[in-house]
Amino acid sequence: MALRSRRGTSPLPTAHHGTDLLGRCIVFAWALVVGALLFAGGRAEAQKLPEGNSCIDCHRGIGDPRVTPPAEKFPQDIHLAKGILCQDCHGGDPRNFDPKGSMNPAKGFIGKPKHQAIPQLCGKCHSNAAYMKKFNPTIRVDQVQEYLTSVHGRKLREGDQKVATCISCHDVHNIRAIKDQQAWTYPVKVVETCGRCHGDAKYMEGYKIATDVVDKYKKSVHYEALTKKGDLSAPTCNVCHGNHGATPPGVDSVANVCGTCHSLTADFFNQSPHKKAFAAMGLAPCVTCHSNHDVTKPSDTLVGTDQQAVCVNCHDPASAGYQKAAAIRTSLDELRGAVQRAAGILDRAEHAGMEVSQAKFELRGATDALLKTRATVHRFDPVAIRNLSDEGVQVANKMYDKGVKAMDDLRFRHRGLWISVGIILVAIAGLVLKIREIDRRRG
Amino acid sequence: MARSPNPLAGLARNVNAWLEERIDLSGIRELIRHKVVPVHRHTIWYYFGGMTLFLFVIQVLTGILLLLYYRPSAEEAFESVQFIVTEVEFGWLIRSIHSWSANLLVATMMIHLFSVYFTQAYRKPRELTWVSGMCLFGIFLFFGFSGYLLPWNELAYFATKVGTDVAGQIPVVGHLMARILRGGDDVTGATLSRFYGIHVAILPAITTALLGFHLFLVQKQGMSVPPEVERSGAPLRTMPFLPDFLLRDLVGWLSALAVLGALAAYFPWELGVKADPFAPAPAGIRPEWYFMYMFQTLKYIPAKIGPIDGELLGVLGFGLGGLFLFLVPFLDRKTARGEKSPLFTWIGVAIAAYIVVLSVLGYMAPGGK
Amino acid sequence: METLANSRRGFVNFLMGTGFGTMAVWMLYPVLRYLIPPKSGEPTIASVAVPWKPAEVKTNSGKIFKFGSQPGMLVKTPAGELRAFAATCTHLNCTVQYREEKQDIWCACHNGVYDLNGKNVSGPPPRPLETYKVNVKGDQIVVSKGA
Repeated sequence: MALRSRRGTSPLPTAHHGTDLLGRCIVFAWALVVGALLFAGGRAEAQKLPEGNSCIDCHRGIGDPRVTPPAEKFPQDIHLAKGILCQDCHGGDPRNFDPKGSMNPAKGFIGKPKHQAIPQLCGKCHSNAAYMKKFNPTIRVDQVQEYLTSVHGRKLREGDQKVATCISCHDVHNIRAIKDQQAWTYPVKVVETCGRCHGDAKYMEGYKIATDVVDKYKKSVHYEALTKKGDLSAPTCNVCHGNHGATPPGVDSVANVCGTCHSLTADFFNQSPHKKAFAAMGLAPCVTCHSNHDVTKPSDTLVGTDQQAVCVNCHDPASAGYQKAAAIRTSLDELRGAVQRAAGILDRAEHAGMEVSQAKFELRGATDALLKTRATVHRFDPVAIRNLSDEGVQVANKMYDKGVKAMDDLRFRHRGLWISVGIILVAIAGLVLKIREIDRRRG
Repeated sequence: MARSPNPLAGLARNVNAWLEERIDLSGIRELIRHKVVPVHRHTIWYYFGGMTLFLFVIQVLTGILLLLYYRPSAEEAFESVQFIVTEVEFGWLIRSIHSWSANLLVATMMIHLFSVYFTQAYRKPRELTWVSGMCLFGIFLFFGFSGYLLPWNELAYFATKVGTDVAGQIPVVGHLMARILRGGDDVTGATLSRFYGIHVAILPAITTALLGFHLFLVQKQGMSVPPEVERSGAPLRTMPFLPDFLLRDLVGWLSALAVLGALAAYFPWELGVKADPFAPAPAGIRPEWYFMYMFQTLKYIPAKIGPIDGELLGVLGFGLGGLFLFLVPFLDRKTARGEKSPLFTWIGVAIAAYIVVLSVLGYMAPGGK
Repeated sequence: METLANSRRGFVNFLMGTGFGTMAVWMLYPVLRYLIPPKSGEPTIASVAVPWKPAEVKTNSGKIFKFGSQPGMLVKTPAGELRAFAATCTHLNCTVQYREEKQDIWCACHNGVYDLNGKNVSGPPPRPLETYKVNVKGDQIVVSKGA
């Protein structure tokens, strides 16, 4: 508020406790230049930086790339929009235009915060429920606490200087709201944000974790949903790993993580004999068959006993599981084949001009059954799967019959045309006789 | 006739007398009574003009019926044709007849054209009949081209794209012409609106005028007798137009109708898949059969012949061919003088053979089915 | 001789007359039938009358109807309001169903759940259901696209 009331006044008279005439002159000159530049450029930034703030005026005006970025980046920052300024994080006195006075540790000036101190510094406000409520009544205030449970947070406490802190993911001096499309934390940008470190093999040297995860993820069905289909709820890094509490999901939690979206499949899996078996073998659910970062759209060939099927990785041909896998695959293939056959003939009938919309409508029952069967595969119960697929096959075959009938009707229509050709031929015969009769009369 | 006690005949007489009192029909009656058709070994070719006319009437009638339900927009064209063939009773029949009759019409028209060419019926005094007929030929081809797009299915969409691209090859005015045809830089819903207007309003209007002129000339000048028959010196036999020739004509028309029915029954005209301007062109796109020889020629011509664009050369070739046919009554001096003119006969044979061979090649080419 | 020629001519006239007559009827009939507008009225389906009267739709229920060749769902909310949606799940196009006990719209294929505004609330569906406009015209419920 104090800043606002002084808007428009020259900084010179306000620096009444300044002692260094030269410093004052320099500051004044810079203020003029910057003011002129601002005026000339007519900068259409998101927000206007406050005037008469010595931090901003100097940092922006000095022209030394080591100190100008904070002031240059700041106009886009959400904190500026909320009235949080330099001194609120860095301390010091922005009303003082004497560098010795404004950046005086006695005035609480801390300069550039140490890497380890950043979570605490942000937490000064962001962990303060009473304070944060003023800005957003439903905002979370547990981020720092969560961060300290993350691998990043634990390593930081052990003195690791390379791990991510708040500003590694949220940027610094250009911190944006999570809904801002240019924020590093916007869903489609998260993979780049995490990838800045986790995709950099050189940077990650010594951590013993894979750095191909970014490339792998970009091949996944999830990345496609997120970027191509615009489904912002599709998972990116943080959805499975957590954000502030980023940790790889353990073997016992994978099913829960995937199950947050794929709940039905997770339920089926948990009812299946595989749950115990996987646990006993120390295998993670879901990812053992579907992979993790590069999870692609599963096809029916994933299950079964041939080369591409994953079942044979554990089940040898003599085992009961091998037989079950084969049976499940057969059910799937039969249903898929029946649906394709019915859809094919209905399409043909439609293109030929027959009305088959009712059959197409009812065929949805079979396509639904196919999708349900695919989900039910995760129970690994051949009987249940067979029952479901049989239902679908029945519907599909009925619709196939309707398609056949439509094609028969089509042929029947055209038979009617042959009759008219016959009638025309009779009329032609009459004409020919008439012509002959006239010719005969003429002789 | 007057002896017959048929009450219908009496009614007809009364109506006739009533009309006679008001309009003087004697001229027309005299014309019909005296109209005769020469009888010789080439008389059969006289029927194809009438057959073409008959098929045109079918086109007008079925076209009007299709107008009742058709909607000319990219969003609705395909759906409305689908509606006609699936929901409207006998809609499939009307559409099938319209499509097949169009093809049959082009075929009978080509036969008519070449029969007139080979019997040199274009010679003096019938130059104008020939020229107006050539104009009608072009118009009916354009009828076919514009109508092909209207169902807005995949095949038609890409065929139109290729066809208008060819028009774009014409030097100087080509680009502008393609733009005017398409109603923009690409084949879109705007093209459909244009083709619709051309197909149902502009072309029918021009056809009515030209066809009227063409038929007027035929009545005025009577049927041409081939020079070879004239030269033979034998006395010319004739038959009266009414009823002898008309009844024979009717046989021809009904035969055309029977062929139409058989075609529609044997090869039902399918609807296909709705056009998607953003989908890649499907394999085996091809134009209507009567453009096949041009399509196939353009495939054979290399992309560049010296400094000249191959496609441009092809287009120019067809333009010259068309111009030759158009001007043949003025080029063929010998026939005009009543002499034999084998050169022009051989040129005609060459043109016809070229069209047949290239069309066959087009249909035999892989993916050309 | 005269009578024979006469009867012959009579037969030819009869054959020609019947031939042409049958042909005319045979051709006129399809044309007349063609002129009668079909029941569905329009080529593109923008709206459809559902097969139930307003009184027949129970509160807290959802029924599937045919909208072209796609399913639609007519919902009567527990508060008694009529709403309509495309009954095609936005995840993998299964047909969704109404769950009376949970008062929501549910897709059985992968457990996707939508609320009674059609908004996706849990499970894999990426988008809300497409909503339709519902109009009650006397005894008829008309559902139309473009709400």
